[in-house]
Amino acid sequence: MATNLVNKNEKKSNLRTRLVPGIFLIVAGMVILLLFGVNIQSGQQTTFGLTPLGDTNVIPIPDLVLPVQGAIYILALITFFVGGWQLARGVRSTTLLIGAVAFCFIAAFLIWAARGKSMDLVGMMNTSMVRATPIALAALCGVVSERAGVVNIALEGIMLMSALTSVMVATLSHNLYAGLLAGILTGMFVAALHAILVIQFKVDQIISGVAINIIGTGATSFISNRYMQTNIDTLNNSGVFSNLPIPLLVKIPILGPVLFENNLIVYLMLILVAVIYVLLFYTPWGLRTRAVGEHPKAADTLGINVYLTRYINVILGGLIAGIGGSYFTIGSVGRFDQLMTAGKGFIGLAAMIFGNWNPIGALGSSLIFGFADSLQVKMQILQTPIHTEFLQMAPYIVTIVVLAGVVGHVHPPAADGTAYEKQ
Amino acid sequence: MNAKVTQTNPEGSAQKEAPKSEGERKKGSKFLQILLVPILALLTGFIIGAIVIALSNDAVIAAYRNFFHAPGAALAATWKAIVTAYGALFNGSIGSFTEIRQGIQSYYATGDSKPFLLAIYPFTESLATVTPYILAGLAVAVGFKCGLFNIGAEGQFGIGALCSAFVGYSIHGLPWFIHLPLALLAGAAGGALWGAIPGYLKGLTGAHEVVITIMMNYISFRLSDWLLNGPMKAPGYRPLTPVVESSAMLPRFFPDPLRFNWGFFLALAMAVFVYWFLFKTTIGFEIRAVGANPDGARYAGMNIVRNFVIAMTLSGGLAGLAGATQVLGIDHWVGQGFSAGYGFDSIAIALLGQSHPLGVVLAALLWGTLRSGATRMQSLAGVPIEIISIIQGLVIVFVAAPAFIRWIYRIRAISVQTTVLTRGWGK
Repeated sequence: MATNLVNKNEKKSNLRTRLVPGIFLIVAGMVILLLFGVNIQSGQQTTFGLTPLGDTNVIPIPDLVLPVQGAIYILALITFFVGGWQLARGVRSTTLLIGAVAFCFIAAFLIWAARGKSMDLVGMMNTSMVRATPIALAALCGVVSERAGVVNIALEGIMLMSALTSVMVATLSHNLYAGLLAGILTGMFVAALHAILVIQFKVDQIISGVAINIIGTGATSFISNRYMQTNIDTLNNSGVFSNLPIPLLVKIPILGPVLFENNLIVYLMLILVAVIYVLLFYTPWGLRTRAVGEHPKAADTLGINVYLTRYINVILGGLIAGIGGSYFTIGSVGRFDQLMTAGKGFIGLAAMIFGNWNPIGALGSSLIFGFADSLQVKMQILQTPIHTEFLQMAPYIVTIVVLAGVVGHVHPPAADGTAYEKQ
Repeated sequence: MNAKVTQTNPEGSAQKEAPKSEGERKKGSKFLQILLVPILALLTGFIIGAIVIALSNDAVIAAYRNFFHAPGAALAATWKAIVTAYGALFNGSIGSFTEIRQGIQSYYATGDSKPFLLAIYPFTESLATVTPYILAGLAVAVGFKCGLFNIGAEGQFGIGALCSAFVGYSIHGLPWFIHLPLALLAGAAGGALWGAIPGYLKGLTGAHEVVITIMMNYISFRLSDWLLNGPMKAPGYRPLTPVVESSAMLPRFFPDPLRFNWGFFLALAMAVFVYWFLFKTTIGFEIRAVGANPDGARYAGMNIVRNFVIAMTLSGGLAGLAGATQVLGIDHWVGQGFSAGYGFDSIAIALLGQSHPLGVVLAALLWGTLRSGATRMQSLAGVPIEIISIIQGLVIVFVAAPAFIRWIYRIRAISVQTTVLTRGWGK
C-alpha cells in the first residue's frame, strides 16, 4: 500500500515538474509567433553579415540571408517541439531547455529587429566579447576572493581607481604598459586595504566593500574634476591598446574575428580565465584556497594559514580587478570620466554567482551580459521602436532575473562572508 | 521570549534595555563609550579630509616647494588652507554669529527683517537639507534592524520623488489638506513598491539584497531618464517635470529665498513613528529579532519572508517619502540627477546613528549641515564637493570598524557584541 502511495505521489510530482517548463516553452513559442511573426511583409529578408565590415584579416564568407517570416515560424516551431517533448517525455537537462528557448527567442528577436535591413552579426559577437571583458575580470576577481571566503563588493571602487591611475600614468609616461602596471598596483593596494579591514579588524565584509566603493567614487570624482578634466593633455589622454590580430587563427571565419582580433586586455582576460581555472581546481594551492573557503577551521587544523591564504587571494583578486579597471580607460576610450564603470563591478558579481563561482562559468555569464549590452547599442543603431532607456535597463534587469532565479541552485563557498577567528 | 536584550550592541539599544542590575554608573559609561566611536570616527575622517584639502591646494604645494628655506611659511599655508576650507564649511552650514546678531539688532532698530533673514539663511538651509536625510537615514536604519542592507535608498528616493511630483502637478483644484497628503502618500507608496521588490525577492529566493537594490537603482535612473525626457516632461528643452501645484507644496515658514518648511517636522514625526514601530510593537520586535538572529527567529515561528518584505517596504516607503519632501518642500520640480548622493549619505547616517531613530536624527542633522555647507566650501575655498564623499566613506569605515578606531586611539575594548549586519550570498 505504502509503495503504491509513494509511486502515485512521485508520478504526480513528476507530471507537475514536467508540466510547468513544458507549458512555459509552448507559451514562449506562441509569444515568438505573435510578437515577431505577425505583420511581416512577405518576401522580407534579414541579412546577417558574417564577415565584419572592412575586416581584411579573415577569410570572407558570404552573408546569411534569411526570409523573416519563414525563419520566425521555424524558430517558433522548434520551441513548440521542444515544449511538446518536455510535456510528453521530459528533457533531462534544464540547461538545454533554457538554452533552446533563449536561443530561439533571441534569434527571432534579432531577425525581427533587423528585418529588411542587414546586421553585422559577427561584429556584434565581437562587441559582446569586448564588452564582457571588464565584467569577466570583475567576476574573476570575485571568484578568486570568494573561493577563499572573503566577499569583495568593492569591485566598483577598485575598478574606478585603477581606471584613473592607469590612464594618468599612461598619459604621463607615454607608455600604455606602465599605465597597465599602475592599474594593477592600484587594484592590489585597494584590495589589500579591504583585506586588512576585513581579516585583521573583522569589519563586516559588505560594509567594508561599500565604504571602499564610496571612497573610490568620491576620490576619483574629486581627482577627475580637480585635475583630469582641466589638464587633459598631460593627464587624461593616453591612447588605447591597439588590436593585435593573431596571425593564423584570425583567419578562421566567425571565430577568428571574435576571439583572435582583440587588444591585450581581452587576451589577458581569456588567459586569466584558463589560468585561474587550472590553478583553482588542479593545483594544491587551489585546493588549500577552496578548503579555506569551505571550512576554515578544518583547514586551520590541517596547518593551512587561513589568514595568509585569504590575504593572498584578495590581493590576487585585486590584481585581476586592476586589469579590469584599466580596461575602461587604456583599453577602451583613452580617458577617464566620472563614474565610468556604471555598475559593471556589480554586474560582475552577478556573473560570478550565475557562473557558480567557477571561472569558466563566470566567463559564460559575462558573455551573456556583454551580449545584452551590445544588443542595446545595436538596437539603437537599428532604430528599433523601443526607447533607448529601456534597452539600457536590460543588463540590470537581466542581472536581477538571473540572481533571483538562480540562488538556491548555485552553491557559494560555505564560509563565504564570515570572518575567521583563530582559536 | 525574553524581550529584554541583555547584551549591549553597537545598535545603541543599550541605552534603552540595559538590565537594571548593571547599575546606573556602568550604564552611563557604556552610553559614553558607544558615543565615543562615532565621535572619534568623525574626527578622524575630518583630519584625513584636512590632509586631502591641504594637499590639493595650489598655494600649499607651492609653499612646500620652499619647505627647507621657510618651513614656517609652509606650515602656515597648510593651516590657512585647512582653516579657510573648514571655516567656509561652517559659514555655509550654520552662518556667522556676528551677522545673526547684527540682523537681530537691525530688525529691532528699523523693522527691516531682511538682514536677519539673510543671516539665518545658512542655518535654515541646513535644516531644510537635513529633512530628506533624516527620512533616508531612517530608511536604511530600518533595513539594518532587520539585517538587510538597503543600498537602494537612492532609487527609492528617486521613484518617490517622481510619484509625488506627478500627483503634485497633474491634479488641479484640490484643497491643500487633500492634495499635500496625497502627494506625500504617492511618494511613499512609490518608494515602498521599489523597496518591496528586493525584499520579496530576498525572502522568496534568497537573492542578496545588496546587488538587487543596486540594480534597482540603475533601473530607476534609466526610468527617470525616460520619464523626464518623455511622458513627464515640462514644455521646453530641459528634462524636468512641470512645477507642482501650490496646493501640494509643503508650507514654508519664511519668505523666499529661505526654504525651511514643514517637511522638517514631518521627518521628526516619522522618526518618532519608527521608534514606536520598532520598539513598541510586535511587528517591530519580530523585525529586530529576525535581524539579530534569523535562525532563532525562524525557530520561534516567525515568518522570515514576511518580515523581510515588511522591513524593506517600510524602508522603501521612508526613502520615497524623503524624495517627496525634497520635491514638495524644496525644489517643487524634479530634474535629472535628483537623487544623486542620497543613497550613500543615508548609509553613512544610519551607521553613524547606530541604526537607532534618535541617533539617525542626530547624525542626519550633522550630515545635512555639512552637505549644505560644502557648496559654500566649494565656492569660497575652491575645494571640490567630492571631498565630502571621501570623508563620508572614511567615516563609514571607521564606524564599521570600531576595532580600527580603538587601535588608532589606543582605547580599551568595550564589552560589546557586534551584531552581524549582513550575511553571505546564499539563503
